[in-house]
Amino acid sequence: MSTTTGRAPIVEARDIHKHFGHLHVLKGVDLRVVEKELVFLIGPSGSGKSTLLRCLNRLEEPSSGSVTVDGIDMLDPKTDINKARQRIGMVFQSFNLYPHMTALGNVMLALRKVLGLGRAEAEAKAQAALDRVHLADRADHYPLQLSGGQQQRVAIARAIALEPRVMLFDEPTSALDPELVGGVLAVMRELREDGMTMVVVSHEMGFAKAAADRVVFMADGMIVESGLPAEIFADPKHERTRAFISQIERH
Amino acid sequence: MTGWERFTDSFFNARVMAQYLPKIIDGFGLTVVLALCIIAAGLALGLLLALVRTFSIRPLNWLIIFVVDLFRALPPLVIIVLLYFGLPNAGVELSGFVASWLALTLVLMAFSEEIFWAGITSVAKGQWEAARSTGLGFVQTLGFVVLPQALRITIPPLTNRTIAITKGTALASVVAVPDILGAANAGVSFSFNPSPLTLGAIAYLVLFFPVVVLGRWIETRFAWKR
Amino acid sequence: MDLFLDTFFNWQIVQEAWPILWQGLKATLLLSALVVPLGLLGGIILAVLTTFPSPWVKWPLRVWVDTFRALPPLVLLVFIFAGLPFVGVDVGPWGAVAIGFFLNTGAYYGEILRAGIESVPRGQLEAARSTGLTRGQTMTYVVLPQAVRNVLPDLISNTLEVVKLTSIASVVALPELLFEARQAQSVTYNATPIMAAAVAYFILLWPVVRLLSRLENRQLAGRG
Ligand SMILES: Nc1ncnc2c1ncn2[C@@H]1O[C@H](COP(=O)(O)OP(=O)(O)OP(=O)(O)O)[C@@H](O)[C@H]1O
Ligand SMILES: [Mg+2]
Repeated sequence: MSTTTGRAPIVEARDIHKHFGHLHVLKGVDLRVVEKELVFLIGPSGSGKSTLLRCLNRLEEPSSGSVTVDGIDMLDPKTDINKARQRIGMVFQSFNLYPHMTALGNVMLALRKVLGLGRAEAEAKAQAALDRVHLADRADHYPLQLSGGQQQRVAIARAIALEPRVMLFDEPTSALDPELVGGVLAVMRELREDGMTMVVVSHEMGFAKAAADRVVFMADGMIVESGLPAEIFADPKHERTRAFISQIERH
Repeated sequence: MTGWERFTDSFFNARVMAQYLPKIIDGFGLTVVLALCIIAAGLALGLLLALVRTFSIRPLNWLIIFVVDLFRALPPLVIIVLLYFGLPNAGVELSGFVASWLALTLVLMAFSEEIFWAGITSVAKGQWEAARSTGLGFVQTLGFVVLPQALRITIPPLTNRTIAITKGTALASVVAVPDILGAANAGVSFSFNPSPLTLGAIAYLVLFFPVVVLGRWIETRFAWKR
Repeated sequence: MDLFLDTFFNWQIVQEAWPILWQGLKATLLLSALVVPLGLLGGIILAVLTTFPSPWVKWPLRVWVDTFRALPPLVLLVFIFAGLPFVGVDVGPWGAVAIGFFLNTGAYYGEILRAGIESVPRGQLEAARSTGLTRGQTMTYVVLPQAVRNVLPDLISNTLEVVKLTSIASVVALPELLFEARQAQSVTYNATPIMAAAVAYFILLWPVVRLLSRLENRQLAGRG
C-alpha cells in the first residue's frame, strides 16, 4: 500500500453496518480511498459489495457508521445530499439510461437541473463528456438505438459531466456481450489516467491487474483483506481469498 | 344551530333515515337485479359476437366491429335517453328498467366482445396448429384449447370493465327507475332533507366497495405482464 | 319505416334544432376541456403521493381511491349538486361537475398513473438520484414521462370514458349536448335531436375508439 500513503483521503467510510430487516449485510466495513486511487472491490455474490458502494452515496442508508466524501459528512442530516451526490458519480450494471431522452439529453439533465446551467453551457459540457467516452457522434441517439457498450459509455459520460471527485462502478461490464467489454474498460482506463479517483466492483481480473492500485476482497459483509493486485492475486494471505481467486481464474 | 349540528341534521338525520331506509333497501334490490341482468346478457352477447368473429366472415366481421365501436363511442346515458324518451315518439314504449337494461347490456356487450376477441387472438397460432394437427376440429380447438387460455387473461380487464358498467345502473334513476339513486332522490324531494342521499351513497358503497377491492385483487392475481 | 325515419332522422328538425345543438356541443367540448385536466391533476397528486413508502399514506389513499371508484359518478354529482345546498354550499352545476369529476376521474387517473410509475424500473430512480436530482425532479423529468408512456392506452381509454361521462351533467341541468338535445326534443315532439346528439358523439369519439383498438392489439402482440 506504499503507493497510497500520504495523500488526502477522498472517501472515508468507518465501521459501516447495514441491516435489511434481520439480514446483517455489512458488518463493520472500513474503507479509505485516497486521491487518484483506483480501488478494486471483489468478493462472492451476496458479500455486500453493491450495498457498500450504495452506502457511499447514500442510495442505501447505512444502519450505523460514518461516511465522509471529499470532506463532506454524507450522513449528517444537515448535508444537502443532492449537492453532495454531484461529487460522486455512479455507474450501474444495468446502465439505467433514461429511455425517453437522447444520449445528449441523458447527460444534460443533471447539468441543467442540479447545477442549474443554461442550455448552451450544459450542451457544451455534455458534448465534451460524450467526446471523452468517444460517442460525440451518437449524441442524438436514443438508448435503444445504442449497443450495450455504447449505453454504458453514455452512462459514464452522464456521471463524469458533473465533474465528480470520485466515481463508483458497480459491475459496469457484467451485462455486456464479451466483445463490447473492451470499449468500456478502455474508457475507464483513460479516466484513471486523467487522475479520476475510482472504486470499481467487477469480475474483470485482467483490468484489476493492469489498472488497480489496490484490491479489496470482501466476504460475508466484511473486508477480509486488501493489498496490491500482485499480492492479492499471486499470494493471498487468507484461505477464503485464495479459494475465491482460484475459482475466478478458472473461468 | 352550530355548523356541525346543521351538518348532521342535514346529512345524518336519524328520523328521515329511518323513514326512507325501506325504500332505499327496495332500491338496493332493484339495482342488484338490474346489474345482474346486465352482466348476464352483456357478457353472453359479447362472447357470442367474439366467437362469431373467429369464423372470419368478412361482412359479418365488419358489422360486428362497427356495432362494437358504436357502443364504445356512445355515452350510456345518451343510449338510455334515446330508448326511453326517443322511442315513444315512434310509438314504442319501453319501461325505464328495460331501457336501462338494454342500453347497458349493449355497452357491456361491446366492451366485452373487444376483450374476449383480444384474448382469443392473443393465444399463439401454434396452439391452433398443434390442436388441428391432432385432428381436433375448428370448434373443438376453439372450445377445448383456445378459449380456456383466452378466458384466463381476459379476467382482469373484464372484471374492471364490468364493474365500471354496472355502476352505470345509477343512470336508470334518470328514467324514473326507483333504484338506489332513484329512491334516494324521491326521498330528498319528499322530506326536504338530503339524508336519503347519504343513505343512497352508503348503499352504493356497501354494494360496490367490496367489488372494487375484489377487482384490485384479481388484477394483481392474474396480472398481465406488459 | 316512414314513421321511424320521420322520428329519428328528420332533416327538417335537424335544421331547426341545429343552433341549440351546436351550443350544447360547444358546452360539451368546453366541459371536457375543463374536467380532463382537472381529473389528470387529481390523478397525478394521488399517484405521486402513493410513492411515499409509509403505510400511513398508502392505506388512507387506497381507501380514498376505492371509495370514489365504488361510488357511481352520478351519485356523487347529485350529492354535491342537490345535497350540499342544504348546508348552504351551493356550487351550481358547473361547480358540482368540476368537484365531482375531480374526485371521481382523479381516482381513476390516479390508479392508472400509479401502475405506470410502478412500471418504471427502480434503477431509473437510483440513477437519477445518484446524479443529485431531487425526489421531485426525478419524478418530473425521469419517472413520470416514462410512466405516462407505459400506460398511454389506459390514459386514452380513460379520457374517452371521461368525455362520454360529461353527458351526466345534463342531469344537473348543465346545458351540454344531451341536455340541449332533450330540450329540443321536448319542443319538437321528435326524437331526431337526441339522435343527432348521438351522431355527434359518435363522430367525435369514433377516431379515439379506433385508435384504442389499434393500441390494444399492439399491446397484445407485444405480450404474445
Ligand atoms: N434492498 C434490499 N433488501 C433486502 N436485502 C437486500 C437488499 N439489497 C441487498 N440485499 C441483500 O444483501 C446482501 C448483499 O447484497 P449485495 O447486492 O450488496 O451483494 P453483492 O456483493 O453486490 O453481490 P453480487 O455480486 O451478486 O452483486 C444479499 O444477501 C442481498 O440479498
Ligand atoms: Mg452487486
